[in-house]
Amino acid sequence: MAYDYAPFPYTPPLGLTEPEQRHAIVIVGAGPIGLAMAIDLAQQGVASVVLDDNNVVSVGSRAICWAKRTLEIFDRLGIGERMLAKGVTWKVGRNFHGDKQVYAFDLLPEPGHKYPAFINLQQYYVEQYLAERAQDFPDLIDLRFLNKVTNHTDHGDHVALSISTPDGNYTIETNYYIACDGAGSATRKRMDLPFEGQTFEEHFLIVDVEMETSPFGNHDTPERWFWFNPPFHNGQSALLHKQPDNIYRIDLQLGPDTDPKEEATEEKVIPRIKAIVGDTPFRLDWMSVYKFRCAKLDRFVHNRVIFVGDSAHVVSPFGARGGNGGIQDVDNLGWKLAAILKQDAPASLIESYNTERVHGSAENILNSARATNFMTPKSPIEALFRNEVLKLAADHSFARKMINSGRLSQPCNLATSPLQTPGDAPILPGFPIIDAPLEGSNVTTWLIAEAQGQFTLVTASPTPLPAIEGINRIGINQQADYPCFISVGGHAETRYGTDKIYLLRPDGHVCAVFNTADPIAIKAAQDRALGATT
Amino acid sequence: MILEDNLGPDSDAFYNALMNTHEGLTEAQSHALNARLVLILANEIGDLKTLTALLETARRS
Ligand SMILES: Cc1cc2nc3c(=O)[nH]c(=O)nc-3n(C[C@H](O)[C@H](O)[C@H](O)COP(=O)(O)OP(=O)(O)OC[C@H]3O[C@@H](n4cnc5c(N)ncnc54)[C@H](O)[C@@H]3O)c2cc1C
Repeated sequence: MAYDYAPFPYTPPLGLTEPEQRHAIVIVGAGPIGLAMAIDLAQQGVASVVLDDNNVVSVGSRAICWAKRTLEIFDRLGIGERMLAKGVTWKVGRNFHGDKQVYAFDLLPEPGHKYPAFINLQQYYVEQYLAERAQDFPDLIDLRFLNKVTNHTDHGDHVALSISTPDGNYTIETNYYIACDGAGSATRKRMDLPFEGQTFEEHFLIVDVEMETSPFGNHDTPERWFWFNPPFHNGQSALLHKQPDNIYRIDLQLGPDTDPKEEATEEKVIPRIKAIVGDTPFRLDWMSVYKFRCAKLDRFVHNRVIFVGDSAHVVSPFGARGGNGGIQDVDNLGWKLAAILKQDAPASLIESYNTERVHGSAENILNSARATNFMTPKSPIEALFRNEVLKLAADHSFARKMINSGRLSQPCNLATSPLQTPGDAPILPGFPIIDAPLEGSNVTTWLIAEAQGQFTLVTASPTPLPAIEGINRIGINQQADYPCFISVGGHAETRYGTDKIYLLRPDGHVCAVFNTADPIAIKAAQDRALGATT
Repeated sequence: MILEDNLGPDSDAFYNALMNTHEGLTEAQSHALNARLVLILANEIGDLKTLTALLETARRS
């Protein structure tokens, strides 16, 4: 059954009839990133207005692959379990050359994690779940559909916005303007900011088909299948994924010299799908032809205007780093903005969002661009190398590793950022929390569910954790007057060691590690993570 | 002769650098570059037994 795109209600905003008080935060765009941003802030008691020019969720499935780290962030935002329940879990990828399998990978070979390496779930479901979650905060999230931002001006200590609605135009002011207005960001264009990178010449046809019979044949566990020189398609590559509701995503590389309009028609697409699935009946759910681009802004923070998600950076989808990267932006920015607004941190902490996420998105762009380059050889010599790698891969494992059909989204390592205090431990400062199953008094839980959202000390050592204002404590295999859990299956000890104390930031990244429970050192590390200048 | 992965995390970076080295060359220039590269790499390896094994492996594949 096709997804029901029910429109969100529009109500005429206050600003049409009387001036609104200056807002602390206005989020422009209610895509996955803008909605997640509003929820993250609301969970910390920070109010925001969210403006969107549209009133339905993403048309077409667009982002389908959500990575483990993203799901852990969505767990904190309250929709992770719902996504997991609906989504299609997968962890094995297979690469084919012609009809022969040349390489397979398993992305989550070990047990003891709440979330799998990846789930597939259409972007419209994710946006629907986020929009519904936002309704849990009626006093903190003011979601305004059919409110199009037409202009903005940064006045130094605030930003003024012009907005058009079906009932006319109005203006509002805000202390921070969060631009989540997507790849074509009008905010970015108005500010005339260079958005540079690489555009790939190839066209890709992206099709969702609904069918009862699995095109994965006997493999009943969903996987990611990728073909170089597929036998069923006269082109460089093809990709197959399963989504919920018996919908399959098929990506076909079409080459540079095709007419995108003509290709995105049923007459053209149906024969291409039949070449893959044969006579099995299917229904076309969505199709689109894309040319991909990897580009980013030099800076994501421009005084009171902050870019988050696709407005700040775009990548080609091989590696699923677009939406997944954007959610890591939100995770990084949310607690910092909240700390600044609550005056727990200086306004300059925002600069660390810029440094950390420019670094993260550069890594995403590097990986996505390399994969797309491998898949789309630009010259006969590139094609020659590519084909010889594929041939060598049949016999030699070094060549298998060179096959690049997308290096799938990994959480970002923030070790180089000044917020972290350098140190040595099984999980180094800068890396995100690694999940582990825990047992409390008759409840089974997970470390990610217990530790994210506030500064938290975690240890699987016997050392008692000191009480420090503004820092939560979690003891593993301890008994104390703060929350303590028993490790299940020994995973926490293996992952964290039994002689270290970790200080986690609210976004779950390790910011410092300690051998002793020294409250002065711990407090200093927290101050540093909050951007204190010493 | 090592035919397991020996580049570790740098495998993609190497492949990328190799493609960049060819950028803008004609096909003939690229083949010439490849020939030079083989000779330079052979000298770097410097061991005839290894080189012979590598030549045979490349020929067989
Ligand atoms: C074919 C395809 C496959 C993809 N696959 C994946 C994947 O598997 N995994 C993954 O992680 N990512 C994937 N992506 C990327 C992912 O879709 C994007 O990264 C994601 O949508 C970015 O979210 P966003 O909220 O930043 O922007 P958008 O989703 O573009 O949302 C922007 C919002 O801003 C609104 N807006 C724009 N201008 C204004 C204005 N002036 N006033 C008010 N509102 C405005 C828009 O209506 C929209 O709702 C894929 C993308 C494509 C195209």
